[in-house]
Amino acid sequence: MTALTLLLACPIVGALLLAGLGHTRIGAEVNIAASAATTACALWLAAKVAADGSLLAYGELFYIDSLNMFLVTLTAFVGLTTSIFSRPYMRIERDHGRMTPLTMRVYHAAYQLFLAMMLFALTTNNLGALWVAMEAATLCTVLLVSVYRTAAALEAAWKYFILCGVGIAQALFGTLLLYLAADRLIGGGEGALLWTHLEAVKTQLEPTILSLAFVFLLIGYGTKTGLVPVHHWLPDAHAEGPTPISAVLSGLLLNVALYAILRCKVLADGALGNGLPGRAMVVFGLVSVLLAAFLLHRQRDIKRLFAYSSIEHMGLITFAFGLGGPIANFGGLLHMTMHSLTKSAIFFAVGHAAQKAGTQVMDEIRGLLQISPTVGWGLMLGSLAILGMPPFGVFASEFLILTSAMRQLPWAAPLLLLALAVAFAAVLARVQPMVFGETTVKRLPHPPALIPVFTHLGLGLLLGLFIPPFLANWYARAATLLGG
Amino acid sequence: MLVSPYAFLAQVVQFLVALAAAPLLTGWINQWRAWLQNKTAPSLLQPYYVLHKLFQKEAVAAENASPLFRATPYVVFGCMALACGIVPAVSTDLPLAPAADAIALVGLFALARVFISLAAMDVGTAFGTLGARREMLIGFLAEPALLMALFCASLITSSTSLSAIVNKMAHSQFQLYPSMAFAGVAFTIVSLAENARVPVDNPATHLELTMVHEALVLEYSARHLALLEWAASLKLFAYSCIGLALFFPYGVAQADAPLAMLISLPALGLKLAVGGFALALIETVSAKLRIFRVPEFLAVAFVLAVIGLLVHGLLGA
Amino acid sequence: MIALLTQAINLFAAILLILAFAMITQRRILNLVHLFTAQGLTLVAATLDVGYLTAQHSLYVSAAFAFALKVVVLPTLLHRLTDRLQVRFDVEPLLNTPVTMLIGILLVAFAFDLASPIAALSASIARATLGIALASVLLSFLMMITRAKAVPQVIGFLSMENSLFFAATAATNGMPMLVELGIALDALMAFLIGGVFMFQIREQFDSLDIRHLERLREE
Repeated sequence: MTALTLLLACPIVGALLLAGLGHTRIGAEVNIAASAATTACALWLAAKVAADGSLLAYGELFYIDSLNMFLVTLTAFVGLTTSIFSRPYMRIERDHGRMTPLTMRVYHAAYQLFLAMMLFALTTNNLGALWVAMEAATLCTVLLVSVYRTAAALEAAWKYFILCGVGIAQALFGTLLLYLAADRLIGGGEGALLWTHLEAVKTQLEPTILSLAFVFLLIGYGTKTGLVPVHHWLPDAHAEGPTPISAVLSGLLLNVALYAILRCKVLADGALGNGLPGRAMVVFGLVSVLLAAFLLHRQRDIKRLFAYSSIEHMGLITFAFGLGGPIANFGGLLHMTMHSLTKSAIFFAVGHAAQKAGTQVMDEIRGLLQISPTVGWGLMLGSLAILGMPPFGVFASEFLILTSAMRQLPWAAPLLLLALAVAFAAVLARVQPMVFGETTVKRLPHPPALIPVFTHLGLGLLLGLFIPPFLANWYARAATLLGG
Repeated sequence: MLVSPYAFLAQVVQFLVALAAAPLLTGWINQWRAWLQNKTAPSLLQPYYVLHKLFQKEAVAAENASPLFRATPYVVFGCMALACGIVPAVSTDLPLAPAADAIALVGLFALARVFISLAAMDVGTAFGTLGARREMLIGFLAEPALLMALFCASLITSSTSLSAIVNKMAHSQFQLYPSMAFAGVAFTIVSLAENARVPVDNPATHLELTMVHEALVLEYSARHLALLEWAASLKLFAYSCIGLALFFPYGVAQADAPLAMLISLPALGLKLAVGGFALALIETVSAKLRIFRVPEFLAVAFVLAVIGLLVHGLLGA
Repeated sequence: MIALLTQAINLFAAILLILAFAMITQRRILNLVHLFTAQGLTLVAATLDVGYLTAQHSLYVSAAFAFALKVVVLPTLLHRLTDRLQVRFDVEPLLNTPVTMLIGILLVAFAFDLASPIAALSASIARATLGIALASVLLSFLMMITRAKAVPQVIGFLSMENSLFFAATAATNGMPMLVELGIALDALMAFLIGGVFMFQIREQFDSLDIRHLERLREE
């Protein structure tokens, strides 16, 4: 109980502090401290859940089980490392004149608030509250994407605002339909939207309502996950926002949105029993993977390149969960973790690379290894990792997903392999000249953040080689929970 | 089939009231338009004076005017008078009631429109053709909208006969019909268009390039012009009565109740007075639309009427 | 009286749909704000009606919140915003009016078709109006994507939220209070952020025409 309260309170207190202190010299340090406290609480909570099993708290308003526990820990951890990265990064941005004191305060406060909302969304049991938290997190990121106040940033933030506003409204309609179905079965009031209650009676929920509800929820939350065809906000938001925000968007928010879809999928599967949710997710996932892979080679901006890579990977994860079954689910969960860690590591490296080169256009960044071996190797290894090279963790999860596809949905496997191959070629062709060769980049006034990049890559490598038993158990339990 | 004497009486009363009161309605509307714009109003009986003056004059026509040109005022007047006689304003028990189909009524208006458009083009002046083209444009879009609005009422009462509609709506329990809300807005837009009112056409304009209805009657004089002006008043009267029949059909006399006409006539007068005031108000607060926006305006009416039909299908009301 | 109030719910729903259509065709931004206020009022009336008929007092509270937010706070803020931004007219919308209206009819038919099996399963007194609520949502969505200025887009977003509120009342006699409060708060936050953005957009581009915001293209 206390662990949970502290978990949610730390970022909120941090946000309030940073609203006042964000632009001072200790602003970034306060940010790191708040994130560290949040991570500590998350680990404490994880230990409790590992010992005691699933937890209900605050009169069933919150529910922690194996599915969201690792996501909570992941969110807190990546939030911490990103805040460590953001310290030198934002300092350099401020020196380059792209951030003012006001925008620094907005940035730091909104960052912590964003973490708070995501953690709230992950831990809540009430599907309506989940929606409210998702919407609040979206609004925080809209503020964060626009923080540079340039024309392009405003355009990206406005597009994000409108498109996600529409998406979230559809998700609200889906939630409304869920409430309707619950109301008929277990009566209305506050208890009708609690996931645990609904999960207990999921086989008796009305199929017509649930199928329509799931479609709306899939499209609504799918907009936030970056599924094609409602993904248009994603590349712009990643490209125009500050790099720490790109890292948390790719690494965390997409995961939370997918988590919301998964919670609803469990209910819909129970009610419908005909595999419709799974099939819908397979289709959307596959289309996302293919489209994103083929659009990769056309990108000129480095952050847009990796944004499309995020779309591709989220498509792959959606495909995996759509397939269902213990192995595919395990693969999907593992991939969520791996993608989070690896993609944020890449964005850390990309952020510094772009700062050194003074531009985000890939053709103008050359020879990172010459002047900054750490950033160069970080980028190279990160790209190899995200493309699925063994022995990094992404290889393991992609392997699991592909083998499940070959077994359950044979015609999809060649398409996936094709997409992955195309992505491999496109990304590597881009990254290689950026890292090797003659340099065009300058030194930076502050040393780049090395620890976050290599911590993430190290973790990715570690988990690729060996998954500790407690983690494997957790994934397995979550996989069984997801069913299918 | 023998016509009951009460029905015959009702029919005659209806014709007389329409012919006599139509110019009065126009005068009432003109008065309110002036008062709402803070001007001094002409007399309430001004339209009668105008008609009287026109009938005294000698009719002049262009040299190359065809027989159609000379016949049109009579045809148009006849159509409008017949339309007024069919709409159940005073009583629903009219011998011509079997002909009072909503579709036939729209057909009557269309006949009048065709004749006057042809007559306007007959003499070959530029403004006549201009007016004819515009009249046809408006009519082409207004007719479907009017039909759809009437069909909303027909779906509720399962009949296209106006008398049946009035009977069912007025003499059954009061009920709120959402589809009629849509039909009401659509019908208002269509009547504004068909009767040449602001925001579609300004009846008091003297600028030929902005005219629609006035341009059609530019070539006429004396008794022809008088008949056409009277026909325009009758058209407004008929549209008002159709609107009242669809949306406020209370107080209309039923069959075999001649004394009920003593109530229905004042009721009609009151309703028309309020309706006239509302029309003057709409005219005062609206600005005239540019001609190329009029199709959009009427498209709105059409779409609203169709939505009314869909809403009826959904809600059953 | 009871019968009349029950029919009044259908009438309010019809008025809501008329207002949604009127918003699509309206060019003057001030009129849009007035239509939005009218929508809020219809919503409050419908919620009070349903609350009275089903004797659920939570709906009265809900209606009070809706009144405070959608009829008082948001329109006032919108008026101040349009005053300070000096916007009066919209530019020509992206699709002309007759085409937009035809698409509107298709959306309405689609929404009615989608909602009828659901409405049959609801136990609410206003269930028949779920189709109309969904149609209003889709029409607001249409308005958002066919407008070329920022303020009508935000008004479209708020109108969508209004229609969803009505859908909640129609389908389930309102959502739980906690959720409704959260939704209302989110709507307010979204509007405030949208307002801040509009000032920044105007500062950057000297205009609120969102066609300036189309330079980030697929490469």
